[in-house]
Parts: sequence; structure tokens; C-alpha cells
Amino acid sequence: MRHSLRVLIKKEIADHIHSWRFNILLALIFLTALASIYTAGMAIRDAVSKADTPLGDLYLFLKVFTVSDGRLPSFITFVGFLAPLLGIGMAFDAINGEINRRTLVRLIAQPIYRDDVILSKWIAALLVITVFFLALGFFVMGLAILFFGIPPTFEEVMRIIVFLLATALYVGVWLSLGILFSIYFRQPATSLLASIAVWLFFALFYDMIVNILVPIDTEGPAQIVFRQMQIHQYLLRISPTTLYQEVVTTLLSPNVRSLGPLTVAQVVGAIPTPLSFDQSLLLIWPQIAGLVALSVFLFAISFTLFMRQDIRH
Amino acid sequence: MADVVIELKGLTKIYGTQPAVDHLDLEIKRGEVFGLLGPNGAGKTTTILMILGLVEPTEGEVKVLGINSTREPLKVKKWVGYLPEDVGFYEDMTGLENLKLTAALNGMEEKEAVKAAEELLEKVGLGEAKDKKVGAYSRGMRQRLGLADALIKKPQIVILDEPTLGLDPEGMKEFLELIKNLSREGGMTVLLSSHHLHQVQEICDRVGIFVKGKLIAKGTVSELAKELFSTELYTFEVAVNPMEDDLISKLMSVEGVKKVEKEEKAFIVHAEKDVSAEVAKTVVKEGYNLVRLMPKSYGLDDIYHRYFEGVQ
Ligand SMILES: Nc1ncnc2c1ncn2[C@@H]1O[C@H](COP(=O)(O)OP(=O)(O)O)[C@@H](O)[C@H]1O
Ligand SMILES: [Mg+2]
Repeated sequence: MRHSLRVLIKKEIADHIHSWRFNILLALIFLTALASIYTAGMAIRDAVSKADTPLGDLYLFLKVFTVSDGRLPSFITFVGFLAPLLGIGMAFDAINGEINRRTLVRLIAQPIYRDDVILSKWIAALLVITVFFLALGFFVMGLAILFFGIPPTFEEVMRIIVFLLATALYVGVWLSLGILFSIYFRQPATSLLASIAVWLFFALFYDMIVNILVPIDTEGPAQIVFRQMQIHQYLLRISPTTLYQEVVTTLLSPNVRSLGPLTVAQVVGAIPTPLSFDQSLLLIWPQIAGLVALSVFLFAISFTLFMRQDIRH
Repeated sequence: MADVVIELKGLTKIYGTQPAVDHLDLEIKRGEVFGLLGPNGAGKTTTILMILGLVEPTEGEVKVLGINSTREPLKVKKWVGYLPEDVGFYEDMTGLENLKLTAALNGMEEKEAVKAAEELLEKVGLGEAKDKKVGAYSRGMRQRLGLADALIKKPQIVILDEPTLGLDPEGMKEFLELIKNLSREGGMTVLLSSHHLHQVQEICDRVGIFVKGKLIAKGTVSELAKELFSTELYTFEVAVNPMEDDLISKLMSVEGVKKVEKEEKAFIVHAEKDVSAEVAKTVVKEGYNLVRLMPKSYGLDDIYHRYFEGVQ
């Protein structure tokens, strides 16, 4: 790696770690996660004591992340909701903040490439986020071990790690969006609002809009319904939120065998066993690629804008 | 040898349809302190940014130490220290940490960087404040930190954009003194821009007067004065009592006098030769009291105003 890029990444990481904003966001996620884990743990223990299936088949450790007792949303619901906020919160003033504080011009008057400036912002934030989610995940697993008194299986650990990395990637998409808006908008307040608007759009309204645009007519002939459902799903998959949810469902609920509508022919004769880890990975591969593509696409636009931007405003 | 370290050829930058810098030709020699003077919006900052390779010229060429700034900005930025207009720092880092970051971006090792930073902070008078967060610095302290920041890469050339802006007169004088000493000691070439004339005229070896994107005059201060006022080499300030307009025609009739202007407290007499004796005689003969009669010398301010008159 280039020396100057390394220096800038180090500076950015230090900035995040010392910033109030970042620590508040982390605390928010940490506390909500903890609360949901606790209630999930209680609910699972109750359920397990009544059931007679062998413990290993239950994917206990995965359930810790997905189960809700009805009073508090599950870990994945919380994280899925707050992760974009984390990405936006870390990036919305990445560039316009530096312009307004008049540090950008001093930075690029040094013998460094301009791209190193935004690259370092993106890499540093993603590194910090990845470390945070891995730490959070392992902390939760540790708690679960204490709680249940048994260790997770290797498969569960692998599924959880991939889930955590995918979450970091999902935050990465929102980071890219935040950086893009921080270049496009002069005022940090504007870029923050614009980012939040996009987030709320995908989190709350997008599904609704798709439902209105492509209503599924359940009374109609099977072929047409099937077709409608497919279009429906394609449209939903434009949203990073849908892609992430599909990844999470597949990884943490191995009993879900397919992400799309199935025909009767596909279902008949299928044995209702959980998917293996390999099969799950195969199933989410396109979604992961989609999330990566989305981040890269947004970053590429940021990059072009930034390279052409006049440094003075 | 007085080799050229900054060379601008036909340098032009057009924003929209308006040229901010208009076919600028300029050569700056090694070791000199050059002042780029001009009112706000003249195009000084734009010129500086083009020299650093941070803004692309619409036309023309910039060479710094023989390197084309537009094509190889990294090489140029290695040798040029820059204090931007209205400099900003990372407020929650200390002065020392800010300098260390700049040093690291210039490829300095940590140890070397700390040593260089501490020396410079001492030199600019921030030795005591080096471990304070920049957020707590005053305007003058920031400006001095900015100078240290421009110097930490051990540049051959330093470019200071409006370095005296926002400083009080005392601070300004101190700051300029600092720049002058640094250029003398280090043999550095200094290019500074300003719209304040008085202060910078003392430390500049040469100045260029820049108005609406055009360099309308350049040279040493005395060269400029000579060039501009050569047609009226003799000018006198004549204060009399009472100041009456009648005297103007009387003074005009003195042989050699070309023009008489009335100012608030004195008449300004422009002449072809030394007419002081005749002027004095005329004043007394007409029954006025001669309060003061002295030859007028030109400073940068007069020069500057003269050029403005020509342009506007
Ligand atoms: N990014 C820009 N877009 C359009 N016009 C600009 C831009 N930057 C500077 N200008 C114009 O260029 C002219 C010169 O500006 P500048 O170089 O900052 O002058 P100075 O530094 O001498 O005050 C001004 O008229 C200014 O409005
Ligand atoms: Mg300026």
C-alpha cells in the first residue's frame, strides 16, 4: 500500500475512535443488541426446555440472533435497521467537513494522490466497522455460551462470521452513499438529511411502493401470479436492504431453502432438511455480489466527482 | 547564479466566460521574496493554485523547478510549501500532531518528523503551545502554525497566500519579520500574495501588481516608482495659509510647473524641474504664509493607486 494512504487511514481511524459521534452510534447499537439478545436468550431457554429435539439440530446460537420474544425486536432487526445509520453517520461529512474546516486544501497540497483522500475515508471506516461487528458478534456468542452451557458448532460459528462480515459490507454501501453526498452537497446538514431520506425510503417505503406498482393478484391463474411474484422480487432486489435481509435470512435460518417463489414441481419431493453451509453460501452469492457492486458503483461516482471538484468553495 | 524557480508562460484560467487569470507571464528567481499584490478577486489565489497543480490552467504553462505543475503535481508539491489563505487545522489534534501528520504525508520518519516539528514550532514561537489542541489557538497562532506547516517538508519554495490577513498590526509585523528571516537563513524562495501594500513592501525584493487577472507592472518598488512617475519626476507638497484657489493660477505661471492640484491640506505641484525656490518666492510674494514645502516621494501605495486609476 502507498505510504501516504497508510498515513491517512491511520489518521481517519484515530478520528473515528476519538469522535463522540462514532462512540454514541456504537453504544446505541451495542445496547440495543444486548437487550435483544437477552430477551431472545430467555425465550429460547423456555422453548428448549419444553422441546425434545436434540440440541444440535436447533441452531441455538443462530437463534440468539434471530429470535424475538415479541416484546423487543430481534438482534438482526435492530442491526439491520441501525447499520445504515452507522454508515451514514460516519461518512456524511467526510469531504464537505474537510472543505469547511479548510483542511482539505492543506492536505492535497502535500505530495499525495487526491484519490488517497477518499479511499482512506472509505477503508478506515469499513475497517473500524468490521472490527466492531466481529467484536460484537463474538461477545454475543460468548454470552450465549455462558447462558446455554454448550459451545456453538463449527458451522454455526462460520455462519455467524459470514453474517457479521455481510453486515459490515451492508454498512459499506451506506458509507459509500454518505461519502458521495458529502462530496455532492456543500453543507454537512444537507448531506445528512439526503442520506437519511434515502435510508428511510428503502427501510420504510420501498416495499410499499413495489406492492402498489406490482400488486400480486392471488386470485389469478398460477402462472400469472408466479410471474408477478418474480417481477416483484426483482424490483425489491434493487434495494440494498432487501439484498441484506436475504443474506441474513439464508445464513441464520438454514431451514429457509429458497429466496424466491417456488413452483409446485420444485417443492414436491424436496426433503425438508436445513441447507448446508456451502449451499447457503451458494444461495447468497448473487446478493453479496450485488452489495459489493452497489458500493463500488457509488464509490466510483464519488471518485469521479471528487477528482473534478474545484478545491475551493 | 540567479536561476528561475517559478516560470509562468501565458498562464490563463477562465471560469465560465470570465478570465480569473489572463495570459500571465512571470519568472521568479531562486532566493528572492516576491510579492503578488492586488485587490480581492484579482486572481492571486487562482494563480497560486495553478502553480501548485491544484487547479488546471485553461491555457498556458507553469513550471516549478523545471517541472510542469499540471502534469506532475506530486513532484512539485514535494518541493513547495504552501500556506493557504484562511488556513485550517484538525482542531482536536495538537499543533505538534498536525505538523507530524503533514510530515508523515511527505514521507518523513516519525523520529525525524518530531524533531523537525519541534524545531519549527520553537522558531515560530509556538514552543509552549505545541501540545495544546489547535481548537484553543488564536488566529495569530494558527497563522504561525500554518507557516511551520508550510516549512516542515523542507521546501525550496514557500508560497504564502494572504499571510497577514486577520492579524493585528503588531502580529503582522512580527510575522513578516519571521518570513524574512526564514528566507534569508534558508535561502528559500518566497512567493507571497497580499492586498495590503504597506507591510509587504518592506520584505519583498520584487513585487508584481496584479489587477483583474493581469500583471500590470513588476519590479522592485523603486523601479516601479521610476517607471510610473518618470514623466513628472519633481513633485512637491506645498502647504500654505490660507488655502485659497487663487494661488493655483499664480503657481501655474511659475516656469516649469505642469500641474497643480488642491488637496485637503496642501497643493500638489508637478513640475519638469526643481522649482522649489521659485514656488516659495511666489507664495510669499502673493502674501501667503508658507507652512511647508517638501518634495514628495512615492511608496507602493501611490504606485498601486496610480495603477488602479489606469485600469478603472
Ligand atoms: N471555483 C470558481 N468558480 C468560478 N469563479 C471563481 C472560482 N474561484 C475563483 N473564481 C473567480 O476568480 C476570480 C479570482 O479569484 P481569486 O483568485 O480568489 O482572487 P484573489 O485571490 O486575488 O482574491 C474572482 O473573480 C473569483 O470570483
Ligand atoms: Mg485570494
